[in-house]
Amino acid sequence: MNWRHICITLLAVMLIGIGSPGAVVFAEEGNAVGNSLLPFIPMGRGNACVEDTDFMRRNHMELLKHQRDETVLEGTRSDQYSLTECLDCHAVAGPDANPVTFADSSHFCRACHDFASVSIDCFQCHASRPESGALPDDHQFSGAFPGTTRVKGSE
Amino acid sequence: MSSKTKDKKMTGNSGFDPTRRSFLAAMATAAGVTLAPGVVLYGISRSSSANAAVSSEVRWGMLIDLGRCDNGCDDCVSACAKENGLRGFGRPETDAQWIRKVDIKNPETGYSKSLPVMCQHCENPPCVDVCPTGASFKRADGIVLVNKHTCIGCRYCMMACPYKARSFVHETLEDQKPHAPRGKGTVESCTLCVHRIDSDRQPACVEACSDTGGGAMLFGDLNDPESEISKRVANYASQQIRADLGLNPGVRYRNL
Repeated sequence: MNWRHICITLLAVMLIGIGSPGAVVFAEEGNAVGNSLLPFIPMGRGNACVEDTDFMRRNHMELLKHQRDETVLEGTRSDQYSLTECLDCHAVAGPDANPVTFADSSHFCRACHDFASVSIDCFQCHASRPESGALPDDHQFSGAFPGTTRVKGSE
Repeated sequence: MSSKTKDKKMTGNSGFDPTRRSFLAAMATAAGVTLAPGVVLYGISRSSSANAAVSSEVRWGMLIDLGRCDNGCDDCVSACAKENGLRGFGRPETDAQWIRKVDIKNPETGYSKSLPVMCQHCENPPCVDVCPTGASFKRADGIVLVNKHTCIGCRYCMMACPYKARSFVHETLEDQKPHAPRGKGTVESCTLCVHRIDSDRQPACVEACSDTGGGAMLFGDLNDPESEISKRVANYASQQIRADLGLNPGVRYRNL
């Protein structure tokens, strides 16, 4: 091992040493409801989604694409996999109690898409929040991960 | 739900679900209610239901009686804008309009009339012929639509339409209506309020015309000989605009 290698290794060790405490602090400040580095996912209305959570995480785009073609071309308007229904249950209330749009980083879709760095075009055309102004009183939000529970109005 | 079932559901070719189809077929059969021996009512055969695909047994059309359409009234235009979330940007040349009042005048007699003109939902739509991506299409029930998922905004259809019925969205839009998605870079036109039709309601312009206007607009199924529109078309003279083009529009006018 020559001097160059030793220097690089030392530098790397120093950077890790400096970076780690900073990263932990940032996570705690950035995510007030838990220490997880995972995205905070607001939970929707009701007890269950139209499919299992794991299934929805991997396949929601396929369901939406499939339903979109059926609706546009054939006029089939089932509620089950419609984007409007997704947004009805997964609407997130802003400070004024009205549902936020996709422009707000707390929007349900953005929680994961920002984290995964996936940009979606859906909301260039589609409404990103339910039409009827304020959300119903029973609309509660809680984290999808253990320890990140949040209820509307508790912050 | 087991992963096997999920896989089966996901890989079904473009979503043909035999269970659902057979269920719908059973429902359609069940809807034929026997009242008395030999007398059967078929309720579902013609009406559209939210969960069923549209059928070519229906041809939606509109009859506009200009005798009852007031020159100064634009209730249909404002109802359309409200229903579909159309907003102007102060640029009348390019602002979206799905329905508009067109003033016509006979220079010899001086007779003038203002008539509502929207997408005429042609049987042989030229916009569909010219579309390079297949985005412009005619639904089985005769409604001509733009599939904005495949529209590339080339605007050939706008050139091809003899009724100047289509608009191009030039601006970034916000807060669209959930039932009427529209966005920059795509072409759009009157959908005959397809979201309302799919839930057995009338188009917004027709509703507004009968509520606050002169009741000039009549919407219905041109294929059903028992429908009000078919009876009126059969009994009274009506015209299509530019009938010489042979496009057979679904929108007809009386007293033009």
